[in-house]
Amino acid sequence: MNTASPAGLRRPDGPAKLTGTARYAADTPAHGAAYAILVGATVPTGRLTALHTEAARGAPGVSAVLTAEDLPDMPLGPLVQPLPMRRSRNGAIDYEGQPIAIVLADGWERARYAAGLVRADYADTRRPVVFDEAPDAVEREPLLSPPDETKGDVAAGLAAAHTVVSATYTTADRHHSPMEPSATYARWDGDRLTVHDSVQSIGLTQLALSTAFGVPFESVRVICPFIGGGFGCKGYVWPHQLLTAAAAKVTGRPVKLALTRTQMFTSCGHQPTTRQTVTLGADARGRLTALRHTSANAASLHGDHAEGATEASTWMYASPAIEVRRRIRHTDRPEPTPMRAPHQGPGMFALESAMDELAYATGIDPVELRLRNEPETDPLTGRPFSSRELRACLLRAADRFGWRDRTPEPRSMRDGDELIGWGMAAATMDTFRFAATARVRVDADGHVRVECGTQEIGTGLPGVIATIASDVLGTDPDAVEVRFGDTELPPAWMTAGSSATMGVGSAVYAAATELKEKLKELGVSGMGFAGSLGAAGFLEAEAGWGPEEGSDLAGRSRTYSMHTYGAVFAEVRVDDELGLVRVARCTAGYAAGRIINPLTARSQMTGGLAWGIGQALLENSRFDGYFGRFVSKNLAGYTVPVNADIPELDVFFVDDHDPHAGPLGAKGIGELGAVGAGAAIANAVFHATGKRLRDVPMGIAEVMAAGAAR
Amino acid sequence: MGTSLQPTLYLTVNGEKREVPAPDVRATLLDTLRERLGLTGAKKGCDRGECGACTVHLDGRRVLSCLTLAVAAQDADVVTVEGLATDGELHAMQRAFLDHDAFQCGFCTPGQLMSAVACVREGRAGSPDEIREWMSGNLCRCAAYPQITAAIADVAERAAENESTPAESGGGRS
Repeated sequence: MNTASPAGLRRPDGPAKLTGTARYAADTPAHGAAYAILVGATVPTGRLTALHTEAARGAPGVSAVLTAEDLPDMPLGPLVQPLPMRRSRNGAIDYEGQPIAIVLADGWERARYAAGLVRADYADTRRPVVFDEAPDAVEREPLLSPPDETKGDVAAGLAAAHTVVSATYTTADRHHSPMEPSATYARWDGDRLTVHDSVQSIGLTQLALSTAFGVPFESVRVICPFIGGGFGCKGYVWPHQLLTAAAAKVTGRPVKLALTRTQMFTSCGHQPTTRQTVTLGADARGRLTALRHTSANAASLHGDHAEGATEASTWMYASPAIEVRRRIRHTDRPEPTPMRAPHQGPGMFALESAMDELAYATGIDPVELRLRNEPETDPLTGRPFSSRELRACLLRAADRFGWRDRTPEPRSMRDGDELIGWGMAAATMDTFRFAATARVRVDADGHVRVECGTQEIGTGLPGVIATIASDVLGTDPDAVEVRFGDTELPPAWMTAGSSATMGVGSAVYAAATELKEKLKELGVSGMGFAGSLGAAGFLEAEAGWGPEEGSDLAGRSRTYSMHTYGAVFAEVRVDDELGLVRVARCTAGYAAGRIINPLTARSQMTGGLAWGIGQALLENSRFDGYFGRFVSKNLAGYTVPVNADIPELDVFFVDDHDPHAGPLGAKGIGELGAVGAGAAIANAVFHATGKRLRDVPMGIAEVMAAGAAR
Repeated sequence: MGTSLQPTLYLTVNGEKREVPAPDVRATLLDTLRERLGLTGAKKGCDRGECGACTVHLDGRRVLSCLTLAVAAQDADVVTVEGLATDGELHAMQRAFLDHDAFQCGFCTPGQLMSAVACVREGRAGSPDEIREWMSGNLCRCAAYPQITAAIADVAERAAENESTPAESGGGRS
C-alpha cells in the first residue's frame, strides 16, 4: 500500500470537516424553530379529495399542520421545479411522494409521529404512463443543443461501409443519493428572510425565494458554506425549500425541515432511464463512414428534462456522415434532473460500447480503432478544438495498464474460477462555464482573505481558490483565508456542470491580479508591506469573470469545440459460476486543461470512477409501473458502491492547457471522471465472458440471464 | 401518547457528564446528541442504519447512533467525532484523513473516522482488503474509499511499528 501523501494543497476546510465543526444545513441550531416533516401523496396520479389532519393536529407537541390552503401564492422564478402543493389546491396529484401537508412540532420525534397520523383520500387514480409505452416527444424549449443534428448522408455512408454494427443500449433510473439529505432552515424577521440551506447555488435560491414571496432580492439571505454532496440534486430549486420558508412565514416561527432518506427518492430529481441506439459504419481499415445515435429518456408528465446522451457523438469521432436524434417520453414520475455525469454519462456508455462492438467486428484493437478515428476539427461543426489531448490519454493509459499483454479473444484470460476481462473506453464531457465575482483583500500584516458567494460541495473549491490567490500574490496558500457560502459575499453561479474552477477560479484570479496591480501602484512588492497600506490598513479588489460574448446560455463556446477528454481501462473478474462481476483495477488518464490542485483533483477522478462502477454494476432505481413509484426508496434497495466495491485506482492527468476556456487554462473535471468507466467495464465483461451486455447495471441476475456465466 | 420515561437522562459524552431533562422515549441517541446536546458532528444520512454517517463509540464499540435509543445509553460512555481531537491537536486518524485527502464533501466523514479508529482497535486493519471489508458499513457517495483505505492502513502500520503505543494513539479519548 502506498502511504505517501500525494502532492497538492491539503483542504483548508479539512480540519472543520474532520472535527465535526463544519456546519451543514441540518446542523443549524433550532433556536425555537419548529421541526417540520413533509407528508407525501401515496398515489402517483388522480386527485386529492380530502385530507384528515385532526389527529395530527391533536398529537402532543404539534404546533401546526399546513395544507395547500394555508400557504400563500408563490410565483416561480427560473429553474424552480414545479410546486405541486399549489397545484394540489385543485387536488391534482402528479407523482407519488408529492407534498400534501407539512407537520410542525417540537422535536423530530413528535413531528414524525404526527405526520404518520395524516390521512388522505384520493379519487380518479389511473394506470400510470410508463417509459416503455410512452411515445417519443420533442422538448418544448430545448435547453441543450437542437434535438436533431445532421451532417452528410448517413444512409449512403452505411451502404458504402465495409462493416456495420447497430445495437440498442439502456441505462437505468438512478438517484443521486448524496449522504446529506436536503434540509432547509428558514427564519423571517419582518420582511427579511434568512435561510440555511443545502444548495448548489445560494444565488439561485435567493432569487427563487425573493420571487416566491415578493420581497426584494436583498431581503433574502441564503447561507450554505458546505453541501453534504449534491451531484445535481441540489442544483435547481425544489418544493421543500419554498415550503419551509412559507411555513415559517405562515406560522411566524422559524422552521427546520429535513427530507427523510425515503423522500430523497421523490423530492429532488433522479437521472432518468435512457434507451439509445447507435449505428456505426466503417471502412475496411476501421475508419467511420457513418455514425447515427438516437436516444430517448424518461421525463415527467409536465416536465421537459432531456439527457443530452447523443451530444458527444457529434464531436468524438471523425465521420463524413453524422446523425443524432434526442427525444423524451412523458411519464408519470417525479421530475428528473441533471446528475453526475449528465448527458455524456449515459451517452458515452452507448457510444463507447458500440465502438467496442465495431472493434471486434473489424478485428482492430479498440485503442487503435479510436486513434484511427481521431478528428482534426469538430466532426459536426468543423470548429477548431480549444484543446484535445485524447490521443495522449489513450496511449499513456494503455501503457500504464499493460494493455499490450491483452489477448483479444473473449474468455481467453482466466485466473482459477474467475474469467478476466480487460476493457477500455474513451471519456469526454461538455464544458459549461458560468460567471462569478470575487473579492480579495490583504491586511497590513500580510493576511490574505478571498470572499466569494460560492459553496463547497466536496470538490475542494476552497483549496483551489487559495492556490490561485496565493499564486498571483506570491504568498503561502496555507495563509489564505477563504470565505464562502453566504449571499452577502460577491455573487457566483451554480456549483454544477464542473464549472466552479473556471468561473470562481477565474474571478479569484482577476481580483487577485487587480489587487497585485494596486499593490504595485503603492510601490509594494512581495508581501512584506506592514504599515504601507495607509490609514485603512488593508487593500482590496473585487472583480468578475464570465464566458466570452457569443457563448450559449450554459457558457458553452460557439467558436471552439471545447470539451474535456479521458481514457479509462478496467479489469473485471467474473465468477464463471455465480455471474458476479467485480472490478479488480482501473487505470484512467484525463485531459481537462490545467490542474490547479493535484491532490483534490485526483480525488475527483477516483470518485468519478466509483460513480462509473456504480453505473455499470449496481445502481438501478427500479420503477414499479403498476403502482407508479420507485420501489426501493432507501440505501439498502438502491445500492451504491461501498468501500469493498472499489479497488486500487490508478489515475493521472496529461499536460493540457486550454487558453480559450478561461484565463487559468483550466477546465472542469468532476463529471468527466464519471464518464467512460461504465462502458470500459461493460466492454471488459464482454472480453471476459463473450457476452455483450447492453443494459446497465449488470447485476448478477442480468449476467446470468445473458448466459455470460457458464 | 406519553412520551417521557423519566425526568432526566444521564450520559457521559466525550468525557463530560451530560444531562438531558425530560427525554422523549422515542429519541435516538443521534437526535439527542444533535438536537439536545448541540453535538452535530454525527450526521443523519438515512436514520435507518444503512449509511454509517451517525457512527459513534458507545462504551468503546462503534455503534449506529440512529439505531440506538438514547434511553438505552443511560450512564453509557459516548464518544463522538468532537471528542477525537485533544487540545486542538488532530487525532492521528484525522491527520491521516487530511494527508490522504480521505474525504470530500465531509458529511460521512465523522462516521468514517469513528469507524476507522474502531477498525484499527478491533484489529481489522491488517491489509487493504481487510480494511475495505470492515469499513463497508460506512457509505461515502463522493467515494473517497481508496483514500480512506490508505489513511487507515497508514495509521495501522504506524501503530504496529510502535507496539508500545496503542493503535489509537495521537490524542483523543477514544
